[in-house]
Amino acid sequence: MFKPVEIAPGIYSVGCRDWDIRDFHGYSTYEGTSYNAFLILDEKNVLIDTVKKEFAQELLDNISKIIDPSDIDVVISNHTEMDHSGALTAVMERIGKEKTVLCSKMGLKNLNSHFPGKLNLRAVDNGEELNLGKRTLAFMETKMLHWPDSMFTYVKEDKILFSSDAFGQHYAGDCAFDDEIGDKVMDHAAKYYANILLNYSSRVQTLLKSVQESGLEIGMICPDHGVIWRDNPGAIIARYDEWSKQDGVKKAVIIFDTMWKSTATMAREVAKGIESRDVHVRLMNTRKCHRSDIMTEVLDAKALVVGSPTLNNGIFPVVADVLTYIKGLKPQNRMAAAFGSYGWSGESVKILNREFEAMKMDVIHEGLKIQYVPDEADLEKCFVMGQAIADKILDAC
Amino acid sequence: MSKYECPCDYVYDPAEGDYENGIEAGTAFEDLPDSWVCPLCGAEKEFFEKLD
Ligand SMILES: [Fe+2]
Ligand SMILES: [Fe+2]
Ligand SMILES: [Zn+2]
Repeated sequence: MFKPVEIAPGIYSVGCRDWDIRDFHGYSTYEGTSYNAFLILDEKNVLIDTVKKEFAQELLDNISKIIDPSDIDVVISNHTEMDHSGALTAVMERIGKEKTVLCSKMGLKNLNSHFPGKLNLRAVDNGEELNLGKRTLAFMETKMLHWPDSMFTYVKEDKILFSSDAFGQHYAGDCAFDDEIGDKVMDHAAKYYANILLNYSSRVQTLLKSVQESGLEIGMICPDHGVIWRDNPGAIIARYDEWSKQDGVKKAVIIFDTMWKSTATMAREVAKGIESRDVHVRLMNTRKCHRSDIMTEVLDAKALVVGSPTLNNGIFPVVADVLTYIKGLKPQNRMAAAFGSYGWSGESVKILNREFEAMKMDVIHEGLKIQYVPDEADLEKCFVMGQAIADKILDAC
Repeated sequence: MSKYECPCDYVYDPAEGDYENGIEAGTAFEDLPDSWVCPLCGAEKEFFEKLD
């Protein structure tokens, strides 16, 4: 944004929008993203998080519309990653280099590796509080959500949670709040969860349980990307609970690549077989769909079905790319099956099955390979394979 | 038996083991299976450092 937004009396969103970024370290951001930062005015003035390096001046300009940056007393760094700390040293030059930057214990280590000797850092303990005058801040360690340094800052009186990357969305439209953007916020949030947090789902479960047990009241959630959850923070918390449980819905994602359309034809028939049992299916060509969009579909799918021709005794490179990516995000409780066409040797199905086992997926079909071009009987086999996959999904969901 | 620390700050304490991942209390770090990874960040054993 080019102007600050007052999100609660005396609390402002002062971050920046990256309107034209379309590739965020390999994650496709069709609507850009924002790097949110927050200013709290009190007896002690506080800045929570900064922005990507090249937006330092824009952040300072936003702050200057409210107070002189040198009137900020304390800066909090909830997360070391450079989209939130890149501007930190430049901003501290203006705020005052001697002023304290508060962070978690791992934040201290990690900020020191990023900016050796440049910051006056102090680590806060989990649960430590900081009195600002009228308000009290409480710090919550949230290790591996999604970096070792990640933490949340909570304003007790206003019941506002500054949640760093958690609950974020890569979105840079002109909406600042969940109620302004409408339903599509959940699509952005799902993509964010699938691509950034899925592998830490057990940590998310632990966090949600501890929030529930402690009775922490959450009136508003301010993530470091995208819109602020002011209207219904409960909605995103409920979705995080669902996504992190990974029970899966009645849905299969078929990802495939193809050389001379044989594997593509097989993919269609497998999809028809799945659909014939009223199970949802997504057909995604790995050379046409971005890996981060494939991941979003995998988020709630019970089964992953992969099709690859055999190329040079291996699987297709782009299929390998997407599988490497999926593997890193560690989806749990999934079923899997493989298919593909081949010419003389047909290793792809065997290789894919091995990959599934390495990902601890339940291989529900031995796999189907077809030489050169599928004939009528082969297509029937594909259809039957789809039905068998759907039946397993229906048994499990 | 020594404790070992992961770069993510997780500490493996042999007195506690790693119950959720099937490692009983009293298991030395050296005796953890090679397939064991940090329960917090997923790092393999080789990235851990011995604490004294
Ligand atoms: Fe991050
Ligand atoms: Fe971020
Ligand atoms: Zn670790």
